Amino acid sequence: MAVPHPRPDPAADAGPAAAAATAPFVSVRDLTVRFVSRDADVKVINGVSFDVLKGEVLCLLGESGSGKSVTMRTLIRLLPPTARLGGTVTIDGIDVLGLPRNDLKRLRGSLAAMIFQEPMTALDPVFTIGQQIGEALVEQKGMSWADARARALQLLELVQIPSARRRLDNYPHELSGGLRQRAMIALALSLSPKLLLADEPTTALDATVQIQVLLLLRELQKELGMATVFVTHDLGVAAEIADRIGVMYAGRLVELGAVAEIMDAPRHPYTEGLMRSTVHAGMRGKVLDAIPGAPPDLADLPPGCAFAPRCRSVREHCLAVEPAAETVGPGRIVRCLRHGDDPAYAASAPLAIG
Amino acid sequence: MTLAVVPENPRLPVSADPRDRGGPMQPMLLVEDLKKHFPIKGSLFSPSRAVVKAVDGVSFEVAKGETLGIVGESGCGKSTTARLLMHLIQPDAGTIVFDGDPVGVVRGIPVDELQRNMQMVFQDSYASLNPRLPIADSIAFGPKSHGLPKSEARERARDLLGMVGLNPRLFAERYPHELSGGQRQRVNIARALAMHPRLVILDESVSALDKSVEAQVLNLLVSLKDRLSLTYLFISHDLNVVQYVSDRVMVMYLGRVAEIGPVERLYEAPQHPYTRALLSSRPSMDPRRRVSVPPLSGDPPNPVNPPSGCRFRTRCPLAEAVCAEIEPPLAALPAFPAHKVACHAVAAASGHSGTAVPV
Ligand SMILES: Nc1ncnc2c1ncn2[C@@H]1O[C@H](COP(=O)(O)OP(=O)(O)OP(=O)(O)O)[C@@H](O)[C@H]1O
Ligand SMILES: Nc1ncnc2c1ncn2[C@@H]1O[C@H](COP(=O)(O)OP(=O)(O)O)[C@@H](O)[C@H]1O
Ligand code: SF4
Ligand code: SF4
Ligand SMILES: [Mg+2]
Ligand SMILES: [Mg+2]
Repeated sequence: MAVPHPRPDPAADAGPAAAAATAPFVSVRDLTVRFVSRDADVKVINGVSFDVLKGEVLCLLGESGSGKSVTMRTLIRLLPPTARLGGTVTIDGIDVLGLPRNDLKRLRGSLAAMIFQEPMTALDPVFTIGQQIGEALVEQKGMSWADARARALQLLELVQIPSARRRLDNYPHELSGGLRQRAMIALALSLSPKLLLADEPTTALDATVQIQVLLLLRELQKELGMATVFVTHDLGVAAEIADRIGVMYAGRLVELGAVAEIMDAPRHPYTEGLMRSTVHAGMRGKVLDAIPGAPPDLADLPPGCAFAPRCRSVREHCLAVEPAAETVGPGRIVRCLRHGDDPAYAASAPLAIG
Repeated sequence: MTLAVVPENPRLPVSADPRDRGGPMQPMLLVEDLKKHFPIKGSLFSPSRAVVKAVDGVSFEVAKGETLGIVGESGCGKSTTARLLMHLIQPDAGTIVFDGDPVGVVRGIPVDELQRNMQMVFQDSYASLNPRLPIADSIAFGPKSHGLPKSEARERARDLLGMVGLNPRLFAERYPHELSGGQRQRVNIARALAMHPRLVILDESVSALDKSVEAQVLNLLVSLKDRLSLTYLFISHDLNVVQYVSDRVMVMYLGRVAEIGPVERLYEAPQHPYTRALLSSRPSMDPRRRVSVPPLSGDPPNPVNPPSGCRFRTRCPLAEAVCAEIEPPLAALPAFPAHKVACHAVAAASGHSGTAVPV
């Protein structure tokens, strides 16, 4: 983290020309998600916009409840019926939010696949690994069972499961945690998705297994050229796998940029606070520079900037005006009045927090 | 949220502790050869009853006022060790000595007194609180059931809320579901402190918290420890957090101690191949210097049937013939007596060619 001269990401450097050459594979604009029930209407995503290019990993980073999973699930509309969506989501030219319900299955299988923290979310306990991957291939790709089994074996080898042939006939519960995670990844890859959605896939794993699975995912993603959205709350994990990072806070994307740039020089006060307070070597004996307070209640967001009650740079202006997303460099977006060209921030009085 | 605004509480002990029995040199906790084997149901085809060797001969000590960190992968026996110390489950073998008094023997310290002196905070901030009780009542419950009058117990609960950074006027009457995870974990810490313990076992107590909140709770734990002269046993899978809070660190693998030593020494010069792998499995925190090869392959083996000899040998890059035959004893390094390692490659004249160069 303490590299003196940040090398800008070459893709970001090339600017708009490069962006035009590679049209984004995923494009999200002004996404809003509300959960509406008889006695509540909670706005959990409040205007999120980002792109993901082919072959690129975008990490969504943020604390619990900030909206990472909901944002990601919206990409394949894997949300309960109480969800009300606004804005647009385009994947490979398809208008996802306008898609009829019947077409969602195709979207989820061959265009986009999802992997989870808990592999049993995706795996069925009563079928063997081989049966589950085989069935996906037979049903969705029209393969024969013999071909499907051969392909399933290839997939288990691809995710580096030892004694893959034997593992085909194992039930999920017969596998260790790390192998089950790999089997879930194999299942997700079975329909050759162009977009991989990963929701904290290594969070529940042990240190020595987490790094194995993380490196495997990194390898597969490069090899298969999948666009990837990777949700994590762990800065270290993002540093290992992300090309770009999007930092979420209270249902908004507050900072977006190349991984090295964000880690070298965070611009949003929340990102700054997150990095300062993340425990790493060499902090022994020092009081940690924690962010005070707790994330806001999404059902009762304050007016102005949602981070204001915890922000060191808060000024009176922040309580009144909701910061807009500002481009502050090539591919770099920050939602904070301190970085906007709004003279009212500079003119207004600093406030004390804590 | 800062502690500075909290008024000093005269009712809680500060430094010279009248409960001290063995004197400053007597370890707070001495654990000798602790064992717990859980029987698991045999199936129709293998009726012989197998056992999980969850804790299989663990010895260590915790000095007064120190923080001993315990690390290791899931299933290595950290929580079982903690539950054995608390006597929530009965050990199959081994001795536990608390401030000089053996536990659970004639003329030793009785289990209920031990449980008052030793409190535990768990990972799941919900599970340990009664959802139908206001949090102040949950905190007051322990002292009340030990005979403290109701009003005094409530008073103590309110003081403790203040001490963990929750304004009692705003929080005392709230229910657990009306709090954030970090606030609930503060309540759990207050609840553990309500019994005025001397030793607190923190089992993954900050693991479920968000990073920004984890830092607050770590600061709180460090300052409480100073103010109340506490001794901590800090269990976590997060090597960075353990490095931050611990004075000494113990590394466990499949129910055994692989290595134990002062924190700086263990992180700068780890000797056991497992400790080395564990430390280099940490993400780099630098996108320009990413980890390129996983230090270990495979998952930890099953503790039902641990490998013979050294339990780490199935994943160890330095394994030799002797490692399959003889279980390496936990032995002090001649040059660093406080640093103990269980590995043939480090021990002299072990029959191993000694590829691990002691640093
Ligand atoms: N009551 C029980 N019956 C059978 N096996 C048990 C029981 N309690 C624990 N075990 C087993 O003992 C071993 C050690 O468990 P323990 O929970 O102490 O590990 P841990 O290191 O704390 O793991 P984690 O980090 O996942 O909590 C595991 O294999 C576990 O499955
Ligand atoms: N089915 C649902 N009904 C109501 N609220 C929900 C639902 N799913 C998620 N939420 C809320 O949406 C917010 C964002 O959730 P999520 O995206 O899961 O957060 P995370 O960043 O932890 O993944 C949270 O406040 C959560 O409580
Ligand atoms: S807008 Fe104001 S309160 Fe919000 S992050 Fe920026 S400086 Fe802080
Ligand atoms: S005793 Fe042998 S197998 Fe065990 S850690 Fe040492 S070298 Fe590796
Ligand atoms: Mg989530
Ligand atoms: Mg545990």
